[in-house]
Amino acid sequence: MNTQKHDFTAAPVQIEELAPAARFSLRVRPDGRAALAQALGLDLPGGIGDRTADGGREALCLGPDEWLILAPEAAPLAKAAASVYADAPHSLTEISDREITLRLSGPQVLDLLASCCPRDVEAMPEGRGCRTVYDSATVTLWRDGPTEFRMDVWRSFLPHVLGLMALTKAELQAGL
Amino acid sequence: MLLIHCPYCEETLPEAEFAYAGEAHIARPADPSTLSDEEWRDFLFIRTNARGTHFERWRHIHGCGRFFNAARDTVSDRFLTTYKAGKARPDLSAVKEAAE
Repeated sequence: MNTQKHDFTAAPVQIEELAPAARFSLRVRPDGRAALAQALGLDLPGGIGDRTADGGREALCLGPDEWLILAPEAAPLAKAAASVYADAPHSLTEISDREITLRLSGPQVLDLLASCCPRDVEAMPEGRGCRTVYDSATVTLWRDGPTEFRMDVWRSFLPHVLGLMALTKAELQAGL
Repeated sequence: MLLIHCPYCEETLPEAEFAYAGEAHIARPADPSTLSDEEWRDFLFIRTNARGTHFERWRHIHGCGRFFNAARDTVSDRFLTTYKAGKARPDLSAVKEAAE
């Protein structure tokens, strides 16, 4: 008789909460983009899903006039943007507290994401990001490596998302 | 699940990221106070309810957040084309020929 051995201790995925960081939602019309990028000292990528990083700051283009900006500190960024407000009218809203970021990694992370995210995450190139949906919660997904992701989840949806992930992880661990 | 091409993201993505937003190309009357009750009712409620090609609005709500227009066949559920909001209706005979 053949028996199959399962290694129940090896984790197929790691799910960790990252420390809080400053987060901004930036809305600006195309003609003000260059002026604002210069003031922030951070290139604002033009294509939806494109990312740039510079000196600990990161920018992700979410829509034709919308960017998500991560920074180690909030105050310098807000000050820099305010200085060019007259020339480049924009909306820069601090949303640091709105979301909690999870780091997802491990050999079966694509299976974990495929369980609740309808998008073809496997086809997403490394170094890109997107806003998508996880079960019914809007999330922002960053792909940092072949099996490494970050996911920004609105804090009120986090228990729901983590609950689903724990369930999927248990199924993956059981070899289902 | 339907796959919908978002003209802003320039990607074909699953329907679950989108929300349907009614018939397209319905312009609000410039001066509503001059309209009769019947005309106002028609603007608010009366829709084509087409069998076949239907021009409709969609919103990429779990993505770029933009509204755009689509031409969909209501019988087969097939999307003929999608285009950015504010653009005129595309010439469907050309679209259909390209699809075949």
